[in-house]
Amino acid sequence: MDTMRDRLAPVVSRLLDEDPRVAVVLAEIGRDGFGEAGRRHPDRVINVGIREQLLVGAAAGLALTGLRPVVHTFASFLVERPFEQLKLDLGHQDAGAVLVSAAASFDWPAGGFTHMAPGDVALLDTLDGWTVHVPGHPDEAETLLRHAVAAGDDKVYVRLSVQSNRQGRAVDGQHFRPVREGRSGVVVAVGPVLDAVLAATEGLDVTVLYATTVRPFDAAGLRRATQAAGTDVVLVEPYLAGTSTATVSEALADVPHRVLGLGVGRRELRRYGTIEEHVAAHGLDAASLRERIGRFVDAGRLTAGRG
Amino acid sequence: MTTAAEQSRTYGYDDLPRLMGMMTGDEKHGPAATSTLDVLWVLYDRVLRVTPERREDPDRDRFLLSKGHGPMAYYAVLAAKGFVPVDWLPGFGAYDSPLGHHPDRVLVPGAEIGSGSLGHGLPIAVGTALGLRAQGRRDPAVWVLIGDAELDEGSNHEAIAFAGPAGLERLHTVVIDNSSASHALPGGIAARFEAAGWSAVTVDGRDHEALYAAFTTPHPGRPHVVVARVEPKNA
Repeated sequence: MDTMRDRLAPVVSRLLDEDPRVAVVLAEIGRDGFGEAGRRHPDRVINVGIREQLLVGAAAGLALTGLRPVVHTFASFLVERPFEQLKLDLGHQDAGAVLVSAAASFDWPAGGFTHMAPGDVALLDTLDGWTVHVPGHPDEAETLLRHAVAAGDDKVYVRLSVQSNRQGRAVDGQHFRPVREGRSGVVVAVGPVLDAVLAATEGLDVTVLYATTVRPFDAAGLRRATQAAGTDVVLVEPYLAGTSTATVSEALADVPHRVLGLGVGRRELRRYGTIEEHVAAHGLDAASLRERIGRFVDAGRLTAGRG
Repeated sequence: MTTAAEQSRTYGYDDLPRLMGMMTGDEKHGPAATSTLDVLWVLYDRVLRVTPERREDPDRDRFLLSKGHGPMAYYAVLAAKGFVPVDWLPGFGAYDSPLGHHPDRVLVPGAEIGSGSLGHGLPIAVGTALGLRAQGRRDPAVWVLIGDAELDEGSNHEAIAFAGPAGLERLHTVVIDNSSASHALPGGIAARFEAAGWSAVTVDGRDHEALYAAFTTPHPGRPHVVVARVEPKNA
């Protein structure tokens, strides 16, 4: 199967042909995929070299002239290194852009922590007005990339990963999608963790919601799910554990609720190896998830006297 | 209160100290507050093709004030040229005033960017020049004003190193050099730009004719920098 990132250049190259507003801004990484598009649109495929502050600043300038910049590099260099540019050159200037990251939390474990960005979504959460798409399959990535580019002058982050679910699902760029119905809790599975969550909750009486757009957070979808399944909520996110717990608490502020946030641990692992080894180390494999979700749901039943 | 007569009159260079005084309550301003004044005046009075009526025109010239600290001279010039009402000036820095101690493009008519944090204007100006070029708008000039100490920020060096080889000939930078950098660039500011393929001129930042000549120097195929020397900040 191809990866989400394999879809980036073909999809955006087509959008460059179709829409004269679209521009691509790169900092060396990913440039080969845009070779042909760059020959067709030399002024709208821009490689600034290894200069990530300029990458975002220039995107803001492009947006201020009316263009729709699509900005791509690894998440560490796109969100973390030029963070003040995201805050000021886009946010404070009231300018928009589509940021498309690769490498996710640990897509290249052998590359070490310099190329890992489990905190990207949490960091964007300190800013106002960002839409965040976390596709779980290349087909979903393609759909969400199109949504992102078409979203006027919005500030949109699309988080691409080589981790993927086996099958793509219909995604609309807004809503959570119920994948399984139950009565003893709601598990929100974000993007590529869905297969593991479905395996982990096999036989458990829980609702599983699939989330590929996490900001804005589909509070209404979550509340609807809690009407049948109760207000015990487990978040399983492929980035920093707990990134969305505050958002869940806000959605359920007027009802008693419990939240468990699962995801990538904060402590630096200092291990190389494979993605699977890192998934297991962070407790995100199906067996670990089943153990942690089961314990949380059981505790809720006991507390409520339902056990 | 501003009288109707005051609102309809036009202002010249000699009015700028009084307009600045409306913000600070002081008729005399030190070199730091006025370091940009002459550059701004010559640009807005004689060089930039932008007026209050044209501030939404996609073919206007863009002026990006990157050096957002001490913006009184900027606001005074914007008021003199009719971008902002003169009666906004006394509210400078107040809660309900659009005029802050750093400018905000969302609040100030005619301000192309919000600035204050150093090192953002030149990269945004690079993107603006790229965006105009991509849309076939070859006419508008993009100007950005930075300070010599602001030039220390690495983001500016990313922009300088890119803009030369990229041949962004509609991009113009003015560096106000009041010798405020703790570690000055070896060989001088202009040399740093020239090494990256820019056209560069260094002039007396108080001499209006010299500034005008520097601003209008042809520079085919290359971005252009004018280093405007003024009194040292700490002298």
